[in-house]
Amino acid sequence: MQSGLSRISLAGVLFGVMALLLTLAHSALASASTESSAFEELVRWGPLIFKGFLFNLLVATLAMALGTLAGAFLGIGQLSPARPVALGCDWTTQFFRNAPWLVVLFYCIFLIPYEVHLGSVTIPFPAWMKAVIGLALPVMANVSEIVRGAVVSIPTGQWESAASLCFNRRQTLWRIILPQCIKRMLPPWMNLYAILTTASPLISIVGVQDGMTQTRAALTATNRPDLMLPFYLYLLLLFFLYCYPIARATRALEARFAVKG
Amino acid sequence: MLSMTTVSNEPIIEVRDVVKRFGEVEVLKSLSMSIARGEAVCIVGPSGSGKSTLLRCINGLIPITSGSIRVQGREVNDPKLDVLALRRKVGMVFQQYNLFPHKTAIENIAMAPLIVLKQDRTEVIERAHRLLAKVRLTGKENAYPGELSGGQQQRVAIARSLAMNPDIMLFDEVTAALDPETKKEVLVTIRELVDDGMTCVLVTHEMRFAREVARRIYFTDGGVIVEDGPPDLFFDHPRKARTREFLEQVL
Repeated sequence: MQSGLSRISLAGVLFGVMALLLTLAHSALASASTESSAFEELVRWGPLIFKGFLFNLLVATLAMALGTLAGAFLGIGQLSPARPVALGCDWTTQFFRNAPWLVVLFYCIFLIPYEVHLGSVTIPFPAWMKAVIGLALPVMANVSEIVRGAVVSIPTGQWESAASLCFNRRQTLWRIILPQCIKRMLPPWMNLYAILTTASPLISIVGVQDGMTQTRAALTATNRPDLMLPFYLYLLLLFFLYCYPIARATRALEARFAVKG
Repeated sequence: MLSMTTVSNEPIIEVRDVVKRFGEVEVLKSLSMSIARGEAVCIVGPSGSGKSTLLRCINGLIPITSGSIRVQGREVNDPKLDVLALRRKVGMVFQQYNLFPHKTAIENIAMAPLIVLKQDRTEVIERAHRLLAKVRLTGKENAYPGELSGGQQQRVAIARSLAMNPDIMLFDEVTAALDPETKKEVLVTIRELVDDGMTCVLVTHEMRFAREVARRIYFTDGGVIVEDGPPDLFFDHPRKARTREFLEQVL
């Protein structure tokens, strides 16, 4: 099965690379001899696009970290015995979970000031930070649901036996319930990270130098429509090569946990 | 092991006119019983007769609707009750074992004394080893619940409850999910506890075991105690028709 999986993944990568080569060959044939080939252009502009792609990864990873932290608290808050807390967390979760990411991102750009004064301290909010916050909000809401779902999926017998052993609610949650949840939360959490990464080119609207912005910049600079396909395909492949292993690992984890139960 | 408590007439658990409703459903209808220190009693009866609910009311896992339950003089139905202090003296073992799957056998036993009672680690671990030996599971210290058989898990669960040094043990159909062979291991363990003088309240379908081990049998049906008495009288000369009907079906 393991070799079968790697064969499939190899086929996926090969398909992408071949598509890239075919596109390059096609544009090379189409272009006039005075112009440099698409391959040469890709060698020239590739590093710039790659740097932009790395910026996407940085923003997505930061948003994931921030969103996970906030989402964990929000998810536990949803289960609070204090009703106002539970309701507040529930509404916050539902609001951001059902909002389009792009719209949330827009809101963050226009709502968050470019700097905040706290007494004598000035905290700047550059565009990339707004992008991180804008993406972290939907992540937070999704993580909140992952946490809540995992906690309620633990059999009530665990709560009962903990109570009969005099554990209070907090001790039960942190020492008994949540440690058991980690395993259940990992696959959906990784899945969310992969989705977030593929959605991260949305931040190009903030005006940061991400992969999408750099690809567009390169295309503008070369002013050659025939480079559009190879350049975007190159960017597409970069994302694929990063996200595909995550998707595979997620499935492998799911399969392993499904057996053990 | 020395018999720590002798049977006396002072009730350690006093249940008076307890009513428990879940919404519209009345599960316990004015139920009363009295259990003496060091006494083992068995509660038998058809499914859904409120046996498990009664056990959960005794250690405050479920609040009662009306009536009174006094455990060692503590009123369970008191809103100011320190429920954790009550449970400290009342151990409970469940049908589905409910061991903590992410902890080894020894950790399962040591966890509550360490985290809840904040007792000294070396002393707790040493006691946990003794308890594991008591339930005949020496050598399984580092096994996870998933690696143990049902009967072994249930004995770890008993040891886990005993680690809190309870005065009362509640057993909720603890052998119902076990096959006949592993059932026996668990029953032997419980029997030893009873012989040690532990106050035990057992909800069970094991009639032979109930007869051997209990000082008194309570037969519940429809949320009331239909009949109770010493095992010989209860099994050989039931007074009520409903009891006879039940016994005919299970014996």
